[in-house]
Amino acid sequence: MRNTLAETGAFFPRDRSWHPKAFTPDYKTSVLRSPQKALLSLSNTVSEIAGPVFGHDMLGEMDDDLIYNYAKPGESAIGERIIVHGRVLDERGRGVSGALVEFWQANAAGRYRHKKETYLAPLDPNFGGCGRTITDDDGYYAFRTIKPGPYPWPNGVNDWRPAHIHFSIFGHGFAQRLITQMYFEGDPLISICPIVNTISDPEAISRLTAPLDMNNTIPMDSRAFKFDIVLRGRRSTMFENRKEGN
Amino acid sequence: MTQALNMLKESASQTAGPYVHIGCTPNFTGIEGVYDEDLGKVMVNDDTLGERITITGKVIDGSGTPLKDALLEIWQADHSGLYNSPAETRGLADPNFKGWGRQPTDMTSGVFTFETIKPGRVPFVEGRMQAPHITFWIVARGINLGLNTRMYFGDEEEANAEDPVLARVEHRVRVPTLIAGREGNTYTFDINLQGPNETVFFDI
Repeated sequence: MRNTLAETGAFFPRDRSWHPKAFTPDYKTSVLRSPQKALLSLSNTVSEIAGPVFGHDMLGEMDDDLIYNYAKPGESAIGERIIVHGRVLDERGRGVSGALVEFWQANAAGRYRHKKETYLAPLDPNFGGCGRTITDDDGYYAFRTIKPGPYPWPNGVNDWRPAHIHFSIFGHGFAQRLITQMYFEGDPLISICPIVNTISDPEAISRLTAPLDMNNTIPMDSRAFKFDIVLRGRRSTMFENRKEGN
Repeated sequence: MTQALNMLKESASQTAGPYVHIGCTPNFTGIEGVYDEDLGKVMVNDDTLGERITITGKVIDGSGTPLKDALLEIWQADHSGLYNSPAETRGLADPNFKGWGRQPTDMTSGVFTFETIKPGRVPFVEGRMQAPHITFWIVARGINLGLNTRMYFGDEEEANAEDPVLARVEHRVRVPTLIAGREGNTYTFDINLQGPNETVFFDI
């Protein structure tokens, strides 16, 4: 443990031209679910700067292992065994410690375990599809899973999602709250996906695409993909009547 | 030339999609045995201080149809106006109240419900007091970046009248979209994503 005081500065404003816009009609559901009026800008008060934190003791032993956390004893999920790992950083490049990272995904065939899901590909009886972990002191996280399959969806007549893992991340302040998706290096479906293409800047899409990481691949066991996540940075608190300084 | 700022860019948001429940409320969608209980489902216990309230409502799209696949999170101060967070510098919040909750909308009716307590007042940037409020964050299929709004309390007319955030809403006709009406101990807060009664959303 370090005697580091919590930071209490306001967050950097979001770059809303880098994020997807609300109204992105090629992703059809956004048409009726996008506000039409301008957002009201609000300087961060303590309501936005503060946020919930989660202790490592909330985690179950298998929470970061989707190959086994829903499997029957002695069995495991079917699919390409992979490790996904990386750091949660802020925009100043510093690791975000104690960040709760939740993830969910389809199975190897592209089928989600969800009441409303009707895709004809089969469920894997040993795969649930949810996991979570908390970053260490340097912001690192890792989990083990199987690589999800692509998935057809009723948007265009023949639209398919690239293989992806959904991520939900808590930083230290509620204004850092973020949900995003991780894609896999080399997937030809990425460039033609209407959800990916709600993001207009190709560089922002690259940052959501995880490269194969042979250095962390475990021989004869699992490949690794590296996925760093960046949350909003926060202003240094110098000259904000805070004794502890910057 | 100058030194480079070398700031990183925030990871771009993507929609939570229709199956957000798998990751965030797995027990709700029938994935049982992985987590004991869905995170954020229960906000209060027997020892939590403050007035017990229920918040209920719907998230409604531009056609008037309630969303049946939305996920909402709320973040609020305790009964005395303190946040249970390391960034809270004014004192220690009620240890029996985390201040954060998460609920899905019902898959048939679209109704969400939070059982919580009424928050105390917290200061604005320069120290003036804000009216009691709860921060809402809404994600769903079709929402590319989570939407932020606030719920204020209909029975706090005096505090609402001097709230620095409500005062910034230029089009006064839109202020009521942020205020929940009270009946008994229940506040009803409908969130309209689009259209004439569109809720005020914030860029925080």
